Amino acid sequence: MSSVTFSPEAPLVNVDKRRRAVLIVVLCTWIGAAAQVLIKLGTKQLEHAGFLATAIGIITIPKLFAGYCLYGIFTALMVYALRHGELSILWPIIALTYVWVSILSVMIFHETMNPMKIIGVAIIVAGVAVLGLGNKA
Amino acid sequence: MALVLGGSVIGSFGAAFLKSGAVAVRRHWSSIVFNWRLALGVCFYLLSSVFFVKGVSDPKAELSVLYPMVSLGYICTLLWSRLFFKEAITRTKLSGVGLILVGIVFISLGNH
Repeated sequence: MSSVTFSPEAPLVNVDKRRRAVLIVVLCTWIGAAAQVLIKLGTKQLEHAGFLATAIGIITIPKLFAGYCLYGIFTALMVYALRHGELSILWPIIALTYVWVSILSVMIFHETMNPMKIIGVAIIVAGVAVLGLGNKA
Repeated sequence: MALVLGGSVIGSFGAAFLKSGAVAVRRHWSSIVFNWRLALGVCFYLLSSVFFVKGVSDPKAELSVLYPMVSLGYICTLLWSRLFFKEAITRTKLSGVGLILVGIVFISLGNH
């Protein structure tokens, strides 16, 4: 216990809980990336569907359904993390989803990884690392 | 363009409501089900993603204009964290968010 913060709503927020909140959000970004990939795969079966067909498809197409379920889990975990962590640290970390989606797109959709994307991925990871450091202080 | 701008700001409000709803969660299930802040947060978040998808898929949309607006969402979230939850805006947080925004710009440039 190197540092504790004091606020009227949460008398003692300890460092362990805050660190765990960051790890939960990182887990959320994996779930969010998986959800996006599943939804992208699922929408292939919806090429010329109208609004109603799309709405029904969310329930009847397993990949779409699984994708949206993952978004539900994402939200629940996010709320759990926000209970113990700071919004100004946890919210920007969601940007890690871009990193996983870029990597998964290469693996699953055989999209090409160009230097721009690699630099972008590296900079986002660096930014999240900086926020992680800010969480300790 | 206005859609993406609106989406960013609405999304940042969604974040703020999710946070304030999350703080209000207690052991009892009713604190989740009847939590209007959480519900509003989820609605705002969904609405912002709809705005985003619509705004970005517009063929006239210029990335050079869109991405500053996306970053505005992140800045707003920092602002609400300070205003509503009394979180400190440190230099470390600003540099972390700054790096993330630069990274997002690079990835989007690589996509086009």
